Formats: sequence, C-alpha cells, structure tokens
Amino acid sequence: MRRFLRPGHDPVRERLKRDLFQFNKTVEHGFPHQPSALGYSPFLRLMAIGTRSGAIKLYGAPGVEFMGLHEENNTVMQIHFIPDQCQLVTLLDDNSLHLWSLKQHSGASELREEHRFTLKGPPGSPPSATQITAVLPHSSREVLYLGTESGNIFVVELPSFRALEDRTITSEAVLQRVPEDYCNRRSCELVEALREHPKNPDQILIGYSRGLIVLWDLQNNKATHHFLGSQQLENLYWQRDGSKFISCHYDGSYTQWPVSSDNRQPEPLENIVPYGPFPCKAISKIYWQTTKNGLPYIVFQGGMPRASYGDRHSISVVHGSQQTAFDFTSRVIDFFIIFSSEPTAEFDDPSAMVVLAEEELVVIDLKTAGWPAVHPPYLASLHCSAITCSHHVSNIPLKLWERIISAGSKQNIHYSNMPWPIDGGTNIAPDPPQRDLLLTGHEDGTVRFWDASGVCLHLLYKLSTVRVFLTDADPNDNMNTLGEDEWPPLRKVGTFDPYSDDPRLGIQKIYLCKYSGYLAVAGTAGQVLVMELNDEDAEHVVDHAEADLLQDQEGYRWKGHEKLKTRDGPVRFEAGFQPFVLVQCQPPAVVTSLALHSEWKLVAFGTSHGFGLFDHQQKRLVFVKCTLHPSDQLALEGPLSRVKSLKKSLRQSFRRIRRSRVSSRKRRGGSGNASEVQEANAKFDQDALQEMELAPVQRKIEARSAEDSFTGFVRTLYFADTFLRDSSRHCPSLWAGTNGGTVYAFCLRVPPAERRMDEPVRAEQAKEIQLMHRAPVVGILVLDGRSTPLPEPLEVAHDLSKSPDMQGSHQLLVVSEEQFKVFTLPKVSSKLKLKLTALEGCRVRKVTVANFGSCKTDDYSENDLAVLTNLGDIQIISLPFLKLQIRYPCIRKEDVSGIASCVFTKYGQGFYLISPSEFERFSLSTKWLVEPRCVVDMPEVTSNNHVHNKSGMENAVRKSRSSGDYGEDERKSGRLMEHALLNDEKVLKEIQSTLEGGR
Amino acid sequence: MNRPHRGAAGSRGLGTMEVKSKFGAEFRRFSLERSKPGKFEEFYGLLQHVHKIPNVDVLVGYTDIHGDLLPINNDDNYHKAVSTANPLLRIFIQRKEDADYSAFGTDTMTRKKNVLSNVLRPDNHKKKPHIVISMPQDFRPVSSIIDVDILPETHRRVRLYKYGTDKPLGFYIRDGSSVRVTPHGLEKVPGIFISRLVPGGLAQSTGLLAVNDEVLEVNGIEVSGKSLDQVTDMMIANSRNLIITVRPANQRNNVVRNSRTSGSSGQSTESSLPSSTPNILANFLQGEEESDEEDIIIEDSGEPQQIPKAAPTSESLESLTQIELLHESTQNGFLPSSEMNLNHSAGSISMEYEIQDPDHKSLEEDGTIITL
Repeated sequence: MRRFLRPGHDPVRERLKRDLFQFNKTVEHGFPHQPSALGYSPFLRLMAIGTRSGAIKLYGAPGVEFMGLHEENNTVMQIHFIPDQCQLVTLLDDNSLHLWSLKQHSGASELREEHRFTLKGPPGSPPSATQITAVLPHSSREVLYLGTESGNIFVVELPSFRALEDRTITSEAVLQRVPEDYCNRRSCELVEALREHPKNPDQILIGYSRGLIVLWDLQNNKATHHFLGSQQLENLYWQRDGSKFISCHYDGSYTQWPVSSDNRQPEPLENIVPYGPFPCKAISKIYWQTTKNGLPYIVFQGGMPRASYGDRHSISVVHGSQQTAFDFTSRVIDFFIIFSSEPTAEFDDPSAMVVLAEEELVVIDLKTAGWPAVHPPYLASLHCSAITCSHHVSNIPLKLWERIISAGSKQNIHYSNMPWPIDGGTNIAPDPPQRDLLLTGHEDGTVRFWDASGVCLHLLYKLSTVRVFLTDADPNDNMNTLGEDEWPPLRKVGTFDPYSDDPRLGIQKIYLCKYSGYLAVAGTAGQVLVMELNDEDAEHVVDHAEADLLQDQEGYRWKGHEKLKTRDGPVRFEAGFQPFVLVQCQPPAVVTSLALHSEWKLVAFGTSHGFGLFDHQQKRLVFVKCTLHPSDQLALEGPLSRVKSLKKSLRQSFRRIRRSRVSSRKRRGGSGNASEVQEANAKFDQDALQEMELAPVQRKIEARSAEDSFTGFVRTLYFADTFLRDSSRHCPSLWAGTNGGTVYAFCLRVPPAERRMDEPVRAEQAKEIQLMHRAPVVGILVLDGRSTPLPEPLEVAHDLSKSPDMQGSHQLLVVSEEQFKVFTLPKVSSKLKLKLTALEGCRVRKVTVANFGSCKTDDYSENDLAVLTNLGDIQIISLPFLKLQIRYPCIRKEDVSGIASCVFTKYGQGFYLISPSEFERFSLSTKWLVEPRCVVDMPEVTSNNHVHNKSGMENAVRKSRSSGDYGEDERKSGRLMEHALLNDEKVLKEIQSTLEGGR
Repeated sequence: MNRPHRGAAGSRGLGTMEVKSKFGAEFRRFSLERSKPGKFEEFYGLLQHVHKIPNVDVLVGYTDIHGDLLPINNDDNYHKAVSTANPLLRIFIQRKEDADYSAFGTDTMTRKKNVLSNVLRPDNHKKKPHIVISMPQDFRPVSSIIDVDILPETHRRVRLYKYGTDKPLGFYIRDGSSVRVTPHGLEKVPGIFISRLVPGGLAQSTGLLAVNDEVLEVNGIEVSGKSLDQVTDMMIANSRNLIITVRPANQRNNVVRNSRTSGSSGQSTESSLPSSTPNILANFLQGEEESDEEDIIIEDSGEPQQIPKAAPTSESLESLTQIELLHESTQNGFLPSSEMNLNHSAGSISMEYEIQDPDHKSLEEDGTIITL
C-alpha cells in the first residue's frame, strides 16, 4: 500500500527535513561591485562603502561587517557618519537622504534604515534649488547642513529630518558683504564644500564652486571672513588647530588661507600647482596633516599634468622631501586618512591612507618608511584577473593549511606589518567549524587560495602557472622601473590587473587533494599541470608529455589556438605548489574536466575531443580515448567559428545602436518641425518593429542525435574503486561522461606500491553506457553497499572516513542535465530514475554530494545531492532513492554567470558570483552557517582610545558567553540581498566572456 | 559496402533460390524460381501449404542481409526479400494472435544470434539504437491524435513518434499571447505557439500541427507560467515520445463528436477535464515511456545491448528473454512491481502540479457554467 502514499507526507521525514535543511544567503565575500561612495567614522573606527546599486556595507575589524540596501536601488553618492554616534546618513542620486543606525538586537548589532527624507524647496522653485551637493553632519549631532546647487544651505534636524527653515543660510545673505565686482562675476554658485571649524563648532566654512569661500558664524548668522578665490573650487580642508585651511582647485592647484580675527578678507598664504607648470587636472580632495616633527603630510587626489599623465588615477602624498604619486589601476572613488582622532592630541600624526578605487581597496601605511601597502583582511579583489573557475575543499588538515599559509607569507613580504587600522566593532561569531579553502582560477594563469572558513574571505597564497610557459610578456618586466628623478614620482599600487598577457593561460579546472598536497590545474590551451607542495624554493625541469586525443582520426585540422610554448631547461619556482609534470592535450582545446587520484598517482583529463589518463608517478601516458563523433566538424575546428559569430552579432548590435543614434539625431535636428519629427519617429518605430519581426525569438524543437555537435565533449571524470567486471573482485576504475550522454568505464590495473615504479598502469575499457535521452552527463558517482558515496582517495587512510562497504552491491549514479539514474553494478541494469527536465523544464547545472547534519541531534547526518538548475533553483535530492526533498530559489535565472560560477561545499554551503568581484555565500544546512555576527558598542565620548580597548575586552567576555546559546531564531536573521546587475553593460560582457570560456 | 553486389554476382546466375522457412520449431526447405517469384499472396499460400497451416493467420518475416528481421506483407517487400536473398531466404512465421511485433526491426536478429551478425555485419554499427517496427501489416505510426474523448473540442492532443524514424521532429516554438476566459472576463496571457514547421519534418508531415497553434501541455504538463526555454527543454527531454496538447489556430478542422456525446454527457466530461486529464495521460505514459527509454550498454567492447531493469528477485533469465518479457508486459499496461515503484516516483512529481490545478480550474469552470 505504501506506493500509493504521496511522497512528502511522511510526518517523521518532514520533521527531519526541517532539522536538516534551511536556506540562507549569509554573507557577500569580495569587493563590492561598482562602489560609488566612501565614509569613515574615526569614532567607531568603521568604514562604509556605498555602491551604484544602492547597497551600503560597513566594515570594521575582520569579521565585523554590516550590509544594508536602499529600497530604491539608486546610486549612493555620499556617506557621512554622525559624529560620535552609531548612525550614518547617505545621500542617493535621487537626492534623498537616509539615516541608518547600528542597533543591538538579541546580542548582535544590526544595520537598519531609520528615516528617509527628500529636501523640499519653496513651491515653484526649480529642482536645482534643493539638489544637495554637500552634507555636513554637525558635531552637535542635532543638525545636518545641506549645501545645494542653488547656493543655499538648508538645515535639518536629526534624527527626525525636520527642516529648520528659519536657519537656512541663503546665498543672498552670504554675498551681502562680498565686494561688488567679485560678487557680480559670480552670482549663482553651488555649494562645493562645507567644513566645520575644528575648534569652534559655531563656525562653518562654506566653499562655493566658483571660488568664493566664506567662514560663517552660526550663532550670529553672519559671515565673519570672506576668502576670494580666483579658481574653481574642488574641496576644502581645515588644519587641526583651525588657524589655517587649504583649498584645492580645478586647475590642479591648492591654496593655503590664514584665519585670524584681524583680517576679514585675507589674501592666500601660498598657491601651489604641484605638477605644474603645464596645465594640470583638478585636485579633487586634499588633506593637510600635522606631525610632531613639524613637516606636514599633504595628501591630494589628482592634479596630474593633463597632457602626459591625465589618464592616471593618482593620489599624491607629500611629506617634506618625500613625494609619491600612488598610481591606481582603476578610478579613485574616494579616500580618507586615519589619524589621531583624540580631540586633546596636538597633532594629526596620520597612520594610514585608505583608498577606495573602483575595483579594489588599497591601504597605505604612512608610518613605515617607503609607505608600503597593508594587506587587507577582507574586501579582496577577487577579479584582479577575471575568475575563470572555482574549486572548494572542505576541512583542510592543519598541516596542509599551515604549509599553504607559510608559502603565502613568503609572497607577502612587501606588505606592511601594520595591524589592520580599521578595527571597530567586535566579532562575536563562533569560530569557524573547520578550515575551508576556496581556490579560484584566473584568466592570467594564476590560482588564488582563499581562506573561506569564516566571514572574511582572505587571500592565503597565490600560485602562478605562467613560469612554465614562454609568453610574450617578459616576466622580468618590472612595473616600477621608474628612475630616481622621474617626475611625477608615480608608483603603481594595488593588484587589480584585468589585462591578461595571453588568454591561453586561463585556468579552467582545479583539483586539490587535501591529504597529499597534490594539485592538478588545467587550462584553456589544453595544458594540464600536476604540482606538489614544496616548502622551499626550487629549480627544476618540468617533464612534458603529449596526449594526442585524436589518435585514430586522420585528416582533421585544428583551427583553434596553438598550444603554449614551454620554457626549456630548469625553471625556478618559489615555495609553494611547484609543477613537476605538464601534460599537453592535442589538439590544444580547453580542458573541460579533470580528476586526480593521489593514492593511485593518476590524473585524468578531458577536452572536447576525448580524454586521457596519465600516470604522474612514472610520468607515462596510460591511455587516451577519442570521444569525438567523426562528423563533428565544429568541435574539431576549435572555438574559431563561434568567435566569428560573436563578432558578427556584436557588429550587428553596434549597427543597431548607430542606426538608432542617427534617427534620434534626425529627430532632434528636425528644425522644430513637429510633423517631421513625428514622421522620423514613426519610421524609427517601424524599423524597430521590422527588425523584431525579422528575428522573432524562436526555439527549435529537435531530438538530440549522435550527430549533434560537441557530443564528444567530456563533461565529467571520476575515479572509483568498485565492481566493474564481476561482483567478487573490485578494482580501480575511471569513469567519463560526455555531452552526448555517453558514459565510459575503464578498468585500471595499478601495480602494488612496492612495484609501482616497475610495472606500468594498465587500462581496459570495460563498459560504455549510452543514455538514450542523450543529455550531457554532468555527474558520475558510485555508492557503496550501504548506499554511501565512495570516500575520496586517501580519506580512509587518514582515518577521516569509514572504509567503504565492499560487501553489498555497489550502485552507479549517473546525473545528466535532464535526469538522475541509478544503475546496479557490476551488471548494469537500471534501478531508479528521476526525470527533471521532462517534468519541470529545468536542467541540472551543478551537482554535488553534500553531507547534512541535524541541528537537533549530533549523531544524525545523511548524504544528499545538492543540485543547482539552469533556472537558478537549488534542489536537494535524497540518496539513494532520488526523492526531491526541498527546493529553494537562489539565483535569478537571467544571471547566467552567477549560475555558471556556483560551487557547492561538501557540507551544504555554496558560493556564486553576484558580480565579477563578489561571491555570495549561501547555506542549505541548518548546522553549518557562516555569517557575520558582531557588536559595535558606543565608546564613551571623553577618552576614545582607552574605552575602545576596554569595550573590546568586554565583548570578548560576551562572546564566550553567547556562543553557547546560539539560538536558531538569530540565525534566521540573515539578510538577503542581491544587486540589479543585469542592467549593466559590463556585467553582460562578463557573461558573454564566461560563456565563451565555458565552451 | 560492396557486399550486396558481390552477393548478386554469386547467385544471380542460378535460376532457383533456396528458401528455409521456420514456424514454431519446425523448418521447411523449398526452392523458388528467382526470376519469377510471383505474387505475395501466392507465396503466402505456399507457406501455409508447406507448413500445413491452411487456416491460420500468420505474419511472415525474413532476415535481410544485415541480419534484421523484416516483414513480408505485400508484393514489394516480397520481391525485395527475394532479390536480396543470398544465397538462402530465411523465413520466420509467427501466428498473428501471439505475434511479437517488437521482434521486427534492426538488430533484432543479432541480439538473438551473434554468430549471424559476426558473419554478416563485420562493420561497426555498434551504437545503432534498437528500432521497433510495429504492426507489419499497417503503416508505422508517425503521429496520432489521442484522448479525443476527454479533451474539449477546441483542443487537440498530438503524439509524435520520433522513435524509429529518421525524420526530424522539425518545428519551432515562440512566445506570444493568447486570450483566456477567466472569472474576471477576457484576459490576455502569455502563451507558447508553434512558429515554424520544417518542410519534410515529422511535425509537418503529420498535418496535425500548424503554425500559430498554441501549445497548452507537453506530455501532460501545463506550460502556462513556463518560459520559452523551459518549454523547449521539456519538449526536447520528451522528444522520443512527445505528446503536445495544442489549441489549433484553425478551429475548423476539429474532430466533431457525434451528437450523442456532445450533449450533456459531453459537457460533463469537459468540466471534469482539467483535473482528470493529467492523471489519465500520466497513466497512459507510464506504460509507454519505459519501452522507449532503454539505455544501451556495451560490455567489454561487445555488442550493444539494452540495459535491463533491475528485477527485485534475481531470476537467472537470459537478458534477451527479460527484455522481451518486459516489452510484452509494458504493452499490456501491466508492470512488474519494481517498476511500479519507479513509475510512481516519476508520476508523483507531475501530481504536484495537479494538486494546484483542481480548485483553481474547477472554479473557473463553475464560473462559466453559472454564466451559461
């Protein structure tokens, strides 16, 4: 009777499912996409970054992170922390102001939006009258001064955002006592800068865009000083003692002004064009920092000679005779300087400069000679070279972990030793349950090793495969070869470098064995490198082998890229993973699948032409198998034809744009004749309509056939010790699945350890399964007698897994894009199947076995399949009965690159790219949840520094207390956030390139 | 490649041709005039005569040069059989009432007799799928209209038999919008439509589908709310046995039911339709789909074979008989218990869709009935 019960109605199972599965998006790793604003609170020691999609992110000490999202998804223009408060104000490009505050809720702080406000002018006034250009949160914490385009300064009360109309500082009032001739020339000006006097809170400095600067007395409501600047103003900065201020200008100059009670209209002290005498770009922001030794630090953004260095994104630091222009690889959004914020301190004594560039965060240590960069513990630029693939390894043994860290620390010697200067808040999240590594492969041939255990994705070690090959770029070509007397004194900083020397270097597949330290890396030009971890530098020759995957086929010409040229002779490798063998696939097509068996010392690799097995102990090719259908010309020719079509479509879209521009120009230039405009309009619409009718979106319905293109494309490779031939003897085997729904199984004979070097490894094809639905095979798995997936190589040897059950009969699970099928072994007969596409219209994109533990009892856990579909849904499917357990929407289905980048962990977590530079971390498990949990306390106002330390200690105590009763409800409070990325052209391009890479 | 040629040269000179005929366990040998084979009816009579089964309806088949069992049921294929026989014409006779139609087709003989295939087919047709040629006396069905009795007259459920033909399915679908009657009046809703038929394709040759027909269901699953890509994927996933329910753009060629059923009883079926159809279709599918979904395995570079179902009780049947048993049982709509579980799990997912449907749809129907 059981079979008539509907599944999913077993109450016991339903309860268990609640204890096992739960979906949360927990934290975003990496660097925010399209940052647009930066703010810093010296009081909280927190930094805030706003983005073009309306996100706001706060960062403090490692692990202290907050996220918020403006409902409007508008660009964040400015961020200002309210002095001495856990509050901040953001200004969006729709001219709305938002007040956010950090409030403690059940033991942890949360970022919440409290109020929103849009400034309203008098009725009938133009919108520019209230367009906010400058924001000054007053130190009284009661009011906000808002400079506008009209030149008026409005005052609003905090936190209510009530406009105090009687306190408005109108431009008329300001201009009252300005000399007539100066005043006439410059009537309508926008407020460029508002700065409060450092000592006297009743005085604010107002800078107007055309050069006029006024010191305004708030008590008496009148201007006390007028500074008649002659250049267009960019920004202002007070000196610490309030006796002088500095203004910077559009022409690349800065000017010092004295403030004294005797002269109400002083002349500038000095006017300097630092990179003159030729015309310079604007200096958009400037800092003047005093030090004990008397020599100030002058830090300014921009000001480069317009003609020769106008394209540089620079920030210059001048300290006495030292001067460096830090040269960033992407546009500088904003920067700030961390200096002594104690009001009693006599000098600024700057310690660090924090620069937010468009693609990365750079922190410069200003205390150490040479001004080295500080290695950021978070906000890593994942995309410093575009990510081409990812690989996650859970539960790294301590030994390997330490060796990787030590290899990485040798690479980081040029970084400053300064502790991370932005250290506000306290991380109270429990320690990560295990050590996890996320490996990202990049377009430039590097593999980055990230500590993915906790909230901060931190770079541990960077591996480059470039040294094995001869590339056009000379590796000795130093970026900083500028001579001593080079002017301007530019110095490249940051790691963001999107330009790849050679796209063939791109990493496509990574496989790391965490027990043995063997690493296999495969790339775009058919290169497969096997590496070993070495704690010392070494110089050695990399062995080469060729794998001709087209052995039996003749008369074909590969029209794709050539293989990479290798370096002859020994190559020097730094400590870390050092390649010892290179297997080159022929034709040199993209490596599409990779598997490594560290116990048998075998590596398997596959391309669109076939697959091969290499014995990396004896350094001998064991066999190759061509999977190519003889008529598949497309796969043979390589990616060329596809590129062509892409070019064509790009050209077409450019044409379309041009056409629409032409017609719109026609419309505008229509000499005001309404009918003509209308006609042009109608014609344009008609054209557009025609274009649509010519190419309606339609899909071909056709059964897959063996003759389809790319059926030979090897999608998955899998090593298993199982019963392939008969049920009495098990043997090593290699399984391969192709795009055309074929599964090959090879029986391997690996000599015993004592004769491993003497006897060759032998392989013999034992089985070939053709799935009749011919969908691409994306996963192969063998389940042991207890229906548990076979352990990883060496897992049992390291006592980390029960040895597999070799008594009961094994089962083979084949996952295609459309179906899940279980077969018996050794005699292949079909046992179970679950159809996905036929019933739901979605296809499997990613699949992995994940272990789910119950949050209620420690002793229960089970293995299930975690599946991501092409619609962006995640499904959990039970093993071995293939029953759908639960389904969560995760990624928008339009986000093709997000879906393509998704990687699951072995314990029910996952990562996917929400932008080229950010991973979203999600969790399917109730047990393993890594999310930020932190507290920001209000330090007492009087003596900041001491209190700061004290509160840290208190928090540490609280941490130990609260980690015990870490309730379920609190975990649920994970914020869900996703950005509207697809509207962005750049992202679309990224997707395009990912698709290209995926081929 | 030149095998037929050689064969012809070897036997054309001789006037007679040997025929070996098998019925049940009995063999008969006789010879025929190769140049004057006569008509099929005469040959049929001759066979009945030599086997002494004058009043038994039988099916006649022969093995062709590829080792495939092919039917003889008219003059054309009879002459073909005679002309290609080399040197012997092997005839297999089955009683019509217990005929196993699936025995006909490619690879059917090779599965039984590997020796034969080794002699006749040294070439590498390893992966050629098993093809069933059904009903030798009829034409092979390429399409059919099904469930006429339970569907509204405005709808048509078309089944395309891709299996066994070389013809492409040959159609395209697109997004569009259609007008639906809802409790709130007429509403424009997005829909999926057939946009193009490929000349010579299966879809076009059936004449049952046309451009601008709206696709309502794919293999019993409603497409409303699904994107074009999803529907495309569903159709391709079901391409070996595709059942599409359409609302034809041209409503004039609808199947007209006889007056009795179009009365009150007809209406009642219609109103109960939305909840009942998917069930019926699902049941119908369960029997059919298993037979055409057999994956193929090649063990140790041997011959391709269909992957059998894992039987719960491991009877040591030969794989062939197992397959044949399976064929029969599935055709009768009878399933071994192991399959029942399997089908149930597959069918249950479609039921999730059904669950939402009944209240939703029946509400709609109630609404129309009230307005009537």
